[in-house]
Amino acid sequence: MATASALQRESRSISELEGLSRQARRLILESVHKSGAGHIGGPLSVTDLLVSLYFAELRLDPNDPVNEHRDRIILSKGHSSIALYTVMALRGYLPVEELATFDQINSRLQGHPDLTALPGLDMSTGSLGQGLSAGIGMALGARLKGDDFHTWVILGDGEIQEGQVWEAAFVAARYKLANLTAIVDANGLPQFGWPDPSGHTRETPFDDPAAKFRAFGWNVIEVDGHDHAALLAAWAEAKAYTDGPTCVIAHTVKGKGVSFMEGNYLWHAQVPTQDDLDKAGLELADPEERS
Amino acid sequence: MSANDVQMREAWGQGLVDLGAQYRNLVVLDGDLANSTRADMFHTAYPDRFFEMGIAEQNMLGVAAGLATTGYIPWISTFAAFLAKRALDQIRLVIAQPGLNVKMAGSYSGLLTSKTGKTHQSVEDIAVFRAMPHVVTIAPADAVELRSAMAAMMEDERPTYIRITRDAGPVVVPDGYEFEIGKAVLLRDGADIGIVSTGVQTSRALAAADLLEIAGVSASVLHVPTIKPIDVDAIVALADRTNGIVSAEDHSIIGGLGGAVAEVLAEHRPTRMRRIGIQDTFGESGPNDALLEKYGLTPNHIVEAVNDLLALTSVTTR
Ligand SMILES: Cc1ncc(C[n+]2csc(CCOP(=O)(O)OP(=O)(O)O)c2C)c(N)n1
Repeated sequence: MATASALQRESRSISELEGLSRQARRLILESVHKSGAGHIGGPLSVTDLLVSLYFAELRLDPNDPVNEHRDRIILSKGHSSIALYTVMALRGYLPVEELATFDQINSRLQGHPDLTALPGLDMSTGSLGQGLSAGIGMALGARLKGDDFHTWVILGDGEIQEGQVWEAAFVAARYKLANLTAIVDANGLPQFGWPDPSGHTRETPFDDPAAKFRAFGWNVIEVDGHDHAALLAAWAEAKAYTDGPTCVIAHTVKGKGVSFMEGNYLWHAQVPTQDDLDKAGLELADPEERS
Repeated sequence: MSANDVQMREAWGQGLVDLGAQYRNLVVLDGDLANSTRADMFHTAYPDRFFEMGIAEQNMLGVAAGLATTGYIPWISTFAAFLAKRALDQIRLVIAQPGLNVKMAGSYSGLLTSKTGKTHQSVEDIAVFRAMPHVVTIAPADAVELRSAMAAMMEDERPTYIRITRDAGPVVVPDGYEFEIGKAVLLRDGADIGIVSTGVQTSRALAAADLLEIAGVSASVLHVPTIKPIDVDAIVALADRTNGIVSAEDHSIIGGLGGAVAEVLAEHRPTRMRRIGIQDTFGESGPNDALLEKYGLTPNHIVEAVNDLLALTSVTTR
């Protein structure tokens, strides 16, 4: 039995984090291609957030995935599961080869995170808008027990259209849950949404989430969600705030890292072909491998 | 899947477009899924009568109720899983209780939802809607019946839930078929056993009947597209002239077609039954064939249930 002392926080350098992000994106593309189903735009926009949390912030132990003192993380935008599985694999929760079972029958890597399937998943998600409520429960539990673990919840900016998110926002502020951080992966695109007047893209699903979370009594930090140095600073700032919950609005790009997917809502859940993979692979190659 | 298979969701999108031309008071509300449900076809044709409600199903159903009071006939576009569960209290209070004319289309119903897994598989929606007073509950077998059912729904003023599937399937209703709310249809006549099926599971019931015929067992297939109000007479008549009833549905065996048929038979003509469907469990991600096999929905599973029942009633062949 591992004890609390086995829990630890990694602290990778910025260039290591950037390398891990590239590696994760390559694996995400491959896994979705292989599965023939799944989402792609959202997983690519949330990749840096997950890499940063798992490799430089969360106190955890992959060999003791349900240690009661571990930090909690809920991917409320559960359709981006493949990004979570990939980063967990790189962090040692599962073999990287297991990513090939994504979406297949009897796999631990379900289309949406299933807490009963894979140890280390802190909550089942997939029906949008529910993760923050569960996060409040975890944060209240920690407070009641006198445990110092921190709870992180990642939401989509389409997802926060759900009313339940705002029921949760209200209660989290009411209880001044400083041990809870919400992160909005603000990539500016939902699945279908409202057509932009140009007709070629979509309007942002949720205007100025920062102002809205602030109005609900949250401490709000805005950050470039693809800048690893800025993300580390944001996590530190969030935890330093002790008066209530913090919401980090991470400005991201849907499909980040693959030029022909970036900002294109049609890549929400499209499966990349081999040709797409080849092109994307060149863009996501590590610098030393680029000719 | 064969070359003749037709996608139900595409037929639904086209159905909305065609009915939209005929009924100027038809409007569509979408929960950020129009390009999955294919309500985007209506959006293209009639942008002014299409309302994107975002990822907020509870609000969407409330808005639909309000629109219905002003003379519009709203059709809802979202996944069955979120419609039947997320927005259920709203449906109950402002649609079912006042009996407002809202057409609720639950797409991606059943087990086959493109590997999304248990969160998106809707295997209890029939039970949920069947338990709601005033709500008509329909599960068409194929794209052709769906189109006919949509037309019938527009001529009926009751709140209605209709189940739509994601993937293409064979057309099983006969040429010239016209759907009628509350009416079952005998697709195949046989004296040994009665298979009662609904939704896309009817095509697998017919395949099972083919397999049974090879084995010398003649099976009737009664397709029941309206689970509520259910066709009591057709079910009782089938039980009268066969040696047992097997129900088959892409849904939980609890509270859906199997439950409804069992209620009818227990009250009107006690009959031995077997229920084919999801056996009180949640599903998972996976390719269609593997899911049908693991969760017991293949034609062979129906054949086994028939043989099991016939062994009990000691009739094996005609
Ligand atoms: C309650 C609910 N409604 C609808 C869906 C279907 N759905 C899955 S992803 C998605 C769009 C999500 O947009 P966003 O939160 O911005 O995610 P991202 O752009 O990061 O992929 C929708 C509508 C769902 N999973 N849950």
